[in-house]
Amino acid sequence: MLGGINLATLIASLMVAAVPILMAATGELVAEKAGVLNLGVEGMMIIGAVCGLVAAVHSGSPALGFLAAAAAGAALSLVFALLTQVFLANQVATGLALTLFGLGLSSLIGQGYVGVKPPPTGRLEIPGLSDMPVLGPILFHHDVWVYLSIAMVAVVAAVLRRTRAGLILRAVGENHDAAHALGYKVTRVRLLAILFGGAMAGLGGAYVSLVRVPQWTDGITAGAGWIALAIVVFASWKPWRVLIGAYLFGGISVLQLNLQAAGARIPVEYLAMSPYVVTILVLVLISAERGGRGGNAPAALGRNFHAAR
Amino acid sequence: MKRRTLLAGAALGLGLGLSLGSAAFALDKVKACFIYVGPIGDGGWSFQHDQGRLALEKELGDKVETVYQESVPEGADSERVMTQMALSGCNIVFATSFGYMDAVNNVAKKFPKVMFEHATGYKRDSPNVSTYDARFYEGRAVMGTIGGLMTKSNKIGYIGSFPIPEVIQGINSSYLAAKKVNPEVTMSVVWAYTWFDPAKEADAAKALIEQGVDVILQHTDSTAPLAEAAKTPGVIGFGQASDMAEYKPSPRVSAIIDNWGPYYIKRVGELLDGTYAQGATWAGIGDGEVKIGEITEAVPPEVKAKAEEVRDAIAAGTLHPFTGPINKQDGTPWLADGETPDDATLAGMNFYVEGIEGVIPQ
Amino acid sequence: MLITLEKRPTPSRGWAIATPVLAVILTMIAGGVMFALLGKNPVEAIRTIFWDPLFNPDVASYSRPQLLVKAAPLILIATGLSLGFRAGIWNIGAEGQYIMGAICGAAAGLALYPLEARWIVFPLMILAGALGGLLWAMIPAILRTRFRTNEILVSLLLVYVAQALMASMALGALRNPEGGGFPGSRNLSQWPAAANGELVANTGLHWGVIAAILAVIAAEFLLRRHILGFDIRLTGLAPRAARFAGVNPDRLILLCMGISGALAGLAGLFEVAGPAGQISIDFASGYGFTAIIVAFLGRLSPVGILLAGLLMALTYIGGELAQFMLSLPSAAIQAFQGMLLFFLLAVDVLSNYRIRLATKGAA
Repeated sequence: MLGGINLATLIASLMVAAVPILMAATGELVAEKAGVLNLGVEGMMIIGAVCGLVAAVHSGSPALGFLAAAAAGAALSLVFALLTQVFLANQVATGLALTLFGLGLSSLIGQGYVGVKPPPTGRLEIPGLSDMPVLGPILFHHDVWVYLSIAMVAVVAAVLRRTRAGLILRAVGENHDAAHALGYKVTRVRLLAILFGGAMAGLGGAYVSLVRVPQWTDGITAGAGWIALAIVVFASWKPWRVLIGAYLFGGISVLQLNLQAAGARIPVEYLAMSPYVVTILVLVLISAERGGRGGNAPAALGRNFHAAR
Repeated sequence: MKRRTLLAGAALGLGLGLSLGSAAFALDKVKACFIYVGPIGDGGWSFQHDQGRLALEKELGDKVETVYQESVPEGADSERVMTQMALSGCNIVFATSFGYMDAVNNVAKKFPKVMFEHATGYKRDSPNVSTYDARFYEGRAVMGTIGGLMTKSNKIGYIGSFPIPEVIQGINSSYLAAKKVNPEVTMSVVWAYTWFDPAKEADAAKALIEQGVDVILQHTDSTAPLAEAAKTPGVIGFGQASDMAEYKPSPRVSAIIDNWGPYYIKRVGELLDGTYAQGATWAGIGDGEVKIGEITEAVPPEVKAKAEEVRDAIAAGTLHPFTGPINKQDGTPWLADGETPDDATLAGMNFYVEGIEGVIPQ
Repeated sequence: MLITLEKRPTPSRGWAIATPVLAVILTMIAGGVMFALLGKNPVEAIRTIFWDPLFNPDVASYSRPQLLVKAAPLILIATGLSLGFRAGIWNIGAEGQYIMGAICGAAAGLALYPLEARWIVFPLMILAGALGGLLWAMIPAILRTRFRTNEILVSLLLVYVAQALMASMALGALRNPEGGGFPGSRNLSQWPAAANGELVANTGLHWGVIAAILAVIAAEFLLRRHILGFDIRLTGLAPRAARFAGVNPDRLILLCMGISGALAGLAGLFEVAGPAGQISIDFASGYGFTAIIVAFLGRLSPVGILLAGLLMALTYIGGELAQFMLSLPSAAIQAFQGMLLFFLLAVDVLSNYRIRLATKGAA
């Protein structure tokens, strides 16, 4: 117990609160590891949110909704990929344009679905385990996406670290000219990384519209995409730290509401800005410790590649 | 997300000396223009104003032409949009967010022949500016009555948006009503600092439920708190701004509905027949501007009867939600026995009444 | 057959002028299809967006000057950003610097309320606004020069911090004591000593517009004639060569970030004292982010930014007209703007690269 708050339920609810930003951040991490800075996460999330809801409502299946959301997020990220990888447009500007476009398009698609309830996504009830004290509610009382989001972190961590594909991806993100000289298809690798990022952002958005809220309203993701971007930095591009970062960010927002509900007196605005300040401090610490290597950021982050031959 | 910051109009001089003739002649056809702060798809505040616009079209048919613009940020953008509306031939402009206040008055000065109606504001610098608002706190008293009678844990939770008078009125009103029918009741307030952020509202509801709250009132616009309440059996909530009927019969057991249609029909009608005059309206349940959504079968009949009694008494004017004796939170007397506050005091309310825990953030 | 891109030794001037026109035409076609799908007359919609703000007899006399009001902060911020962008210094937190400029400028003014001496109040606010933006930009700049911390990310993160500060100021320290407890500061535009009003009636001309024009001229001069402009261009083209040529990269970072921060802060101050009028929770309207797009649309050249800012303002104001004249949803306008940006970014490839058709694929 902490100031009248049940710690077990607090952890359980922050795990749920963190799923959208965790998914989106995991996807963005992969894109950034490949050297692509896609600031359009918010746009891809909200497209995922609306397409997921529409598909789930019409098919009656939340799983199909999530599938559609991943496809929609990936489709939007394809626009980004086309512009930055083929037309060699600036990534920062394209990402911002992507968010603008995504917000507008999602609202157009969502007309007529405002307030419609999607089919419910069930919780996994594991007999015996779910009823355990303390650990039961924390670990075994969630919907499948809470576990899947953690599993995705594990998969991404393993692929990046242990597989050849991961090695190539990192090489492309560190030095695309060298990677190209070694015969790797820089543009193709980045394209796939961008699509993965888009699909994950779409899933994160769908979690908001299908599970967490669950409904469609304009602007439903309310800035979660930007937080996902911050988390990737906070994590200094390490998958497991993305998990910690997402839980920390999700945790602080849940915690401040819980503290309020429990009657504690807290300066809400200052608590709201604390995760960002902490992230900046973490960034500084990492980069200082590395003696000026830019805080573990992929060296080619945000730079476009053109094979001069 | 941009939201309005609204004020329960500082209805100073309600209906007094405001009958200055602004439009003494009748019009054959009125072009009525609406400016909304959110998208009409927000399902709450702007949606309800747009419902009012549609009701106006339906009622007056081809005697009225309506246009609207959604998602207009407060400040410079709203001033430009209203100017362009006035230039393009609007006869009357309904500005539906508190934050449009200075812009409305600036534009109105330049277009004396166009009538401006500002929702929830209190400034009427030129004779062609009127203000209108709804007494939402009246509806809150009905919600509080239902909540006080139905709570098992004696804990009511309130999700506040921003600590402004209108929201504080609602908190105090619902608490007093609940306390009246259930002296054991306590109220926890969570400030979300947003009018609209579904995920955050859901989290706030969840935090309250985890504290043992089983009745949730909200002054934020999305249905997310209801969706959250639906996950825990026994927790009830209320529709806010719109009916939120998709959560019937429970957790949504009733609703407080902003019903702007009658006002819009009345004002445009007056413009058509030449009786329009500047005004400052602050109407409540009695005038139909605040509607209580259907009380569902999840509410026991005797509770329903009591709630309807409160509703009808407020509508008839025999009951005021703030009737003394009432002390402020710090124990200092506010209203003497049988006393009711004037509208100016209500409109500037910035304190909790005695019994509510916590402090209003400053 | 395969299409390959071949980098031009220098960007094509012809294409640099032709591409924006091409992009606007492409957007009109794609946007027209979208409007048609929404059941609106596409020709009418396009005409309303691009033509009516300039030439509609009812509204143009008003909306033409408004273009300046809307474009000024975008141009002011984008001009500052473009210097850094040319040198590979990525300040994407202009939104935060814009907010801090507004907060500091307004706070400096409100501290003197109700002093009537405009010659003290207004210059002091301008100074405080520029300083606020500058100091906020110095955080990522110094972290970059001292610790090599990535400035893209730090400047972006500081936007959130600034937004939270703005909310707390509107609710706390800067709240209007006579505002009946409502969030938001006093209205600066109604206080003659602090107001940034129209200088000539019905022209839209306010001090922010003048500052934007001056900034464009200064930046053009800087890039063409001044050694700093040379350093910036050299660093952007060949960072290593610049270092050998004696350019101090740290100094360049501090200068570029400082200039862009100060200009963003100025934009915030002029906005809060003029068109917006007050510090409020919703003050931040995304100018800082839109300006990044404007900077790129203007190809990072001052004159280009001037035109790009005006074009962007045109789509905003034309979009508003289209919304209430044709009942187009605001979302359609947003999507339309997004398309315009996509096309502008995409066709830029033509000015930097030559397109070759290769019969044998080798890439």
